[in-house]
Amino acid sequence: MKIVVCIKQVPDTKGGVKFNPDGTLDRGAMLSIMNPDDKAGLEAALRLKDEYGAEVTAITMGLPKAEEVLREAIAMGADKGILVTDRVLGGADTWATSQTLAGAIRNLEYDLIITGRQAIDGDTAQVGPQISEHLNIPVISYAQKLQIEGDSVIVERQYDDRYHVLKAKMPCLITALAELNEPRYMTPGGIFDAYDAEITVWGRANLVDTLDSDLGLKGSPTQIAKASDKVRKGAGEKVTLDPTEAVDYIIDNLKAKHVI
Amino acid sequence: MNIAEYKGVFVFAQQVDNELSGIGFELIGKGKELAQELGTEVTAVLVGSDVKGLADELAAYGADKVILVEDPELKEYRTEPYCHALSSVIEKYKPDIFLIGATAIGRDLAPRVCARVHTGLTADCTVLEIGDYPINPMPGKEQLHNQLLMTRPAFGGNTIATIACPDFRPQMATVRPGVMQKLPKVEGAKAVIEEFNPGFTPNDKYVEILEVVKAVTDTIDIMDARILVSGGRGVGSEENFKLLEDLAEAIGGTVSCSRAVVDAGWKSKDLQVGQTGKTVRPNVYFAIGISGAIQHLAGMEESDLIIAINKDETAPIFDVADHGIVGDLNKILPALTEKIKAERAANK
Repeated sequence: MKIVVCIKQVPDTKGGVKFNPDGTLDRGAMLSIMNPDDKAGLEAALRLKDEYGAEVTAITMGLPKAEEVLREAIAMGADKGILVTDRVLGGADTWATSQTLAGAIRNLEYDLIITGRQAIDGDTAQVGPQISEHLNIPVISYAQKLQIEGDSVIVERQYDDRYHVLKAKMPCLITALAELNEPRYMTPGGIFDAYDAEITVWGRANLVDTLDSDLGLKGSPTQIAKASDKVRKGAGEKVTLDPTEAVDYIIDNLKAKHVI
Repeated sequence: MNIAEYKGVFVFAQQVDNELSGIGFELIGKGKELAQELGTEVTAVLVGSDVKGLADELAAYGADKVILVEDPELKEYRTEPYCHALSSVIEKYKPDIFLIGATAIGRDLAPRVCARVHTGLTADCTVLEIGDYPINPMPGKEQLHNQLLMTRPAFGGNTIATIACPDFRPQMATVRPGVMQKLPKVEGAKAVIEEFNPGFTPNDKYVEILEVVKAVTDTIDIMDARILVSGGRGVGSEENFKLLEDLAEAIGGTVSCSRAVVDAGWKSKDLQVGQTGKTVRPNVYFAIGISGAIQHLAGMEESDLIIAINKDETAPIFDVADHGIVGDLNKILPALTEKIKAERAANK
């Protein structure tokens, strides 16, 4: 079985978020990580590899620095890493990004493509389903459980108040939730391998059946009209009280707002 | 693409088990406002099996027209037949704007549809307006009028971006539930229905549904709650949520939770507040044992009154709380519940 996992390097917005004095985000102070949902997708692929035997290829589109997440993927157990990077790909929205990744994946043999549900920087959840459409294969998003049965995948697909158990014929694209699993750590041997591993680097010329008019900023149907850092509402009162005082304090404030 | 051919505001009227989801009414409400500005109409697109009976309800909330796509293949939501339904509607009716709820269904369906019809899609919008693109005139670039300007949070709610889709149609957005207002219901309204079936022939992209497992819940939707008593990892255990349930019952509220609680398996996903859960705007939001990750704040910071209880005085939740109490929830909550009961009894 051959599995392609799409991963993205993102700034870490969880925990280590730093603000400037004016309340805006201090991006320079934030670390780059492998997107959490993608890491769960990679872990799902590695578990299938452990159970059934599979070749796992991690692919990312980004700046040359994004090679770091491919090495991390190899250190966790991926067999190969492919970096798709080119100036003409810059400024891509989800349409152009999915066209790029689909164009790269057309070079590869695959039974399963796994992406994270969404990246924590853009939060769109669009690229996975869009890749599947460009490749004309079924998609199952929001996967919370995954297994293989013959030439099909059986997936638990989460909805707001239910889940569906779905069966799709491979090749198929799955988008993974971080809840899918607890990703493994890199192993010392894996880190050693990753350090030496050769990362395949592809540019525009390597994209198959892809039009220039579908790439980068120029190929992006959506355009940013305006962007600004959000100004948050300021903190209110913070008090340290013993339980009885705390209760009176809350009651007084609820009464002041006519809640009780 | 001849952009001038594309007219009207379309919204996806999501139904599950032949019951309309609230988001559809919210989209009609917003769609009506946009349509009035553009001098056009709002059309609801209703997709399912045996769902014709729901059309009047869409009219009651303001839909000028309902396009009905009915087929047995559309009984339960599946990506491919629903994508085929919406893509075919877009190809035939050529809407200028198409809005879809940013639900677990909409966020799967919308990207696949926009990839099929080749247009842009803006995810999880919180503000939609008609305006110019570029917003301010730019030398050497034609300023287009009557564009849909779609505003959305990104970076875990830290950045706000406004997006346009100047060269492709329809202009498509998914819209976060609970943000737009539905119109007052007009009883007795009758829908103008147009039926359309583009033909549904199963292929390999039609996945098979082996089983539908519904989470058992008898609580009201947290997005409709006036008072939310929300718990985080700091509550400590599934059993300890009893303290929150008691408070909620005493004050007439509903229990919700953070993502950590869902991940731990203490509460179901439909009670989750935040970036990957629901956006809530209750009159009162109690944040109990919630540290306040940025993703959580994005889902609740618009609440009218935020009261936080946390033993860690450095918890980021205190940065958005109107009233923050540094203390032990295990001691405060039972006493607070008793006091509220006493107050309520005294006011009767």
